[in-house]
Amino acid sequence: MLEALQLEFMRNALMAAFLTGIACGVIGTFVVVNRIVFLSGGIAHAAYGGIGLAFFFGLPYAVGTLGFALLVALVMATVTLRARHRSDTIIGVLWAVGMALGVILLDLTPGYNVDLMSFLFGSILAVPTSDLWLMLVLDGVILLAVTFFYTDLLALSYDEDFAQIRGIRVEFLYFLLLAMVALSVVMMIRVVGLILVIALLTIPPYIAERHCGSLKTMMFLSFVLSCFFSTTGLWLSYTLNLTSGATIIMVAGICFFISVLLELPQTRKMLSLRKR
Amino acid sequence: MSNPIIDVQDLWFSYDTIPVLREVDLTVHEGDFLALLGPNGGGKTTLLKIMLGLLKPERGTVRVFGEFPAKVSHRIGYVPQHLSFNQSFPISVLDVVLMGRLRPGRGWSRYNRKDRIAAQKRLEQMEMLEYQNRRVGDLSGGQAQRVFIARALVDEPEVLFLDEPTASVDTKHQTDLFDILKELNETVTIIVVSHDVGIVSTHVKSVACVNQRIFVHHGAEITEDMLEMAYQCCPVELVAHGLPHRVLQKHEDE
Repeated sequence: MLEALQLEFMRNALMAAFLTGIACGVIGTFVVVNRIVFLSGGIAHAAYGGIGLAFFFGLPYAVGTLGFALLVALVMATVTLRARHRSDTIIGVLWAVGMALGVILLDLTPGYNVDLMSFLFGSILAVPTSDLWLMLVLDGVILLAVTFFYTDLLALSYDEDFAQIRGIRVEFLYFLLLAMVALSVVMMIRVVGLILVIALLTIPPYIAERHCGSLKTMMFLSFVLSCFFSTTGLWLSYTLNLTSGATIIMVAGICFFISVLLELPQTRKMLSLRKR
Repeated sequence: MSNPIIDVQDLWFSYDTIPVLREVDLTVHEGDFLALLGPNGGGKTTLLKIMLGLLKPERGTVRVFGEFPAKVSHRIGYVPQHLSFNQSFPISVLDVVLMGRLRPGRGWSRYNRKDRIAAQKRLEQMEMLEYQNRRVGDLSGGQAQRVFIARALVDEPEVLFLDEPTASVDTKHQTDLFDILKELNETVTIIVVSHDVGIVSTHVKSVACVNQRIFVHHGAEITEDMLEMAYQCCPVELVAHGLPHRVLQKHEDE
């Protein structure tokens, strides 16, 4: 691993894992406690339509994808606020239509074709330094917004009705939250792939939740876990010559199942019996 | 009687096309202790949410302290039906109570010393101060309820709403709860929503039955049609035909 660190792409990969960990820890915590994993997945997949748009119209990648993902997030926020009982269906439709749009637009774009696999699993070993700067800025924006609205976001997540009674602008905060999800997801798709984003957005906060006394500590523990999964996965993929994104997800997934098993009453009983 | 705090006139509400409330008139005076009774799905919680400004009435007027509910909802203490809460949410008892001191547009400024002292004072009143750093999810139903009452009281509300406060606590806690509420009622107007007629204890001053329509009873007696309403489904016709309100067993010696 040490000689691997001499390689620039490896250093960049570790930096990307670290920077992704920050956004995933903070936003993933909100995604998990607000139970909007499906919605976040919808934004991530629909963002593929934005990639298609960007290539078809020759727009810069970030403009097309971010613009489209923010639009999708806006629509999804409106739908979930106005027609709650129908929202899962509509999220599912946007999810599929967004991806289909992306595929068709890329078909129609002459000469150039994006590999769908790299969109799904990303290419953490090919992160240019410019993307790292972009992620740093993104992390800064997210940390600033979340610090500023921390108590309000906490109230929204815990008890929306109560927050509204206290005069908190819950609709604005909900839009803000989904916009931040869109930002995190889109910026990281190119780097780590959308499946890895969803995995890192949900698995570390899920494991962290039961061990933390506050959202803040949950965010921090999620960040640490996310970095641990990424570096372990990277190291394994390097030594075993496996696809990096998929290996990181496997590491996270195995830890997820272990944590679920450890929480089962039967397992707890067995462990406590053994201690005696 | 003193000033009306809440004034509801000809209120109608429906979810999509299903009517939930119709022709509801309700006046609540300062110092009252009102129990809103009725079957599940009868519209009690909906009425409460309209009075909190969380839902907009389809027709009719609702005024709280003479204003639109959404404008003055921060002056109402609200204790939700806490069964609906996310048990695994990582939040401490103190942080839940502090939520009751939230104000719009605070931005950077966190809760200050005054907020913290107020929160701890209310926790002490509810005998929950020693649990202030515990996770709320780890508390028992009765303990969690005290925390939610502390949260509702921490900003000195003029009126207190409780939604199904007896649903998740045992009989011992229910008695304690009503003793606490009686004490609070000396300074705060209280509205309790319940599907359980048993909550009409000596502490409750007036009773209204809600099952799409509302029937207000001044005084805290339980009548037969109340029981009909709470336990069978459609007492509306019965009442409309003018069945007299018969009083069941009242404890005269109390």
